[in-house]
Amino acid sequence: MSGRITRGFTGKRRGQQGDRLPPGQYDVGDGWPTLTAEATPTVRTEQFELAVDGLVERPTTWSWEELLALPRSTYAGDIHCVTTWSKFDMTWRGVSLDVLLEQAAPRAEAAYALVHSSSGYTTNLPLADLRDGKAWVAWEADGQPLTREHGGPARLLVPHLYFWKSAKWVSRIELLDHDQQGFWERNGYHDRGDPWVEQRYQGD
Amino acid sequence: MSAIDPMDAVAARPTAWTEARVVEVDRPTADTVRLRLEPDERQRHRPGQHYLVRLRAPDGYTAQRSYSLASDPDDALLELLVERLPDGEVSEFLAEVLEVGDVLEVRGPLGRWFAWDTTTPALCLVGGTGVVPAVSMQRAAVRLGRSDLLRVVAVGRAPGHLPYAEELAAAGATLAWTRANVDGRRAAAPTRAEVTPLLEGVEVAFVCGSARFASYAETLLQECGLAPDAIRVERFGPTG
Repeated sequence: MSGRITRGFTGKRRGQQGDRLPPGQYDVGDGWPTLTAEATPTVRTEQFELAVDGLVERPTTWSWEELLALPRSTYAGDIHCVTTWSKFDMTWRGVSLDVLLEQAAPRAEAAYALVHSSSGYTTNLPLADLRDGKAWVAWEADGQPLTREHGGPARLLVPHLYFWKSAKWVSRIELLDHDQQGFWERNGYHDRGDPWVEQRYQGD
Repeated sequence: MSAIDPMDAVAARPTAWTEARVVEVDRPTADTVRLRLEPDERQRHRPGQHYLVRLRAPDGYTAQRSYSLASDPDDALLELLVERLPDGEVSEFLAEVLEVGDVLEVRGPLGRWFAWDTTTPALCLVGGTGVVPAVSMQRAAVRLGRSDLLRVVAVGRAPGHLPYAEELAAAGATLAWTRANVDGRRAAAPTRAEVTPLLEGVEVAFVCGSARFASYAETLLQECGLAPDAIRVERFGPTG
């Protein structure tokens, strides 16, 4: 991208982490901003349910206890929000989407997912972005149970894409044969959201 | 729970970066700067929407942030209010270095969710620099002669610390000070008794402010009887 140089601006956040920071992002340090569009819901674990359905051989629903009984795995790394903050060196625990998908058995024509939250929020992703160790349903961040504000009790975690794809309060992963836009995507955000090529808004 | 859907189903229009010349700079409060910009291309916005501002260093390094628009949609200029954050890479530059005549890269309007359609009865419960989208909404309501459709409750620490306080109050907003006793009202966050009567007939509420303010506000609105899916939230700042 080229553009006009801003008179007097040199930038002060660049540093050693230059190649860890996608273009247009800054390191938020110890902070963790909360961005939500809707009132923060309270999801009690007794009521929690997660479904994987749509184009699958075995539509499957897990209760909170059943989810926690699945094999767990960890993501250690960075997250990137479209509002331009990135947060380095987080540790997340949860279950890999590969585990959930294996149980539900996606049909051959399944190519996209529409992810639903108990708040009504939705977001769309290519199924390929949820497979092969790239995505989790996570309930712990940096050693603490995920707070309500950050999507607790459990949220989707897709750290290689902008964080609006990592739906808070995840309740359902619906597999489709076509790409169906979710909440922010209908409101002008990009359908895929790769931070390394700045897919922030429709048209990028 | 019900779905959160846009008030209309119109597809979002793609936006592109454009340049905007700084026409006015002033400081309404000690830690804020108000900018008025003349963009090369001005897409009409909906009150509540925001713009991106991108700064570019001589070596191509960029930093961008989003800021809500205070402008009425009929205003040819883009009006932004920037809170100067300690060590803020972008806000400090905008507050201290930027001068009239400078040119910034901007992109917008963005965000179709936190936007008022100017016809649905609405309430804004906003705090600190979160007043900005409510200013845009109120300016539109005043221009349309439909102030009856929009109620604004703006919360600040004390007089002198809340940008746009006089303009908001003159157009009928309720001001609530959390650290100052003013006109017989004791220092406090807005209460149920103050907010409940303002919710009559309201179909959508816009909450804008810090994460802490937004948590308080969305809880208060629900205690006052508003359904969660009628509440739209824009929150900013770290959670600590």
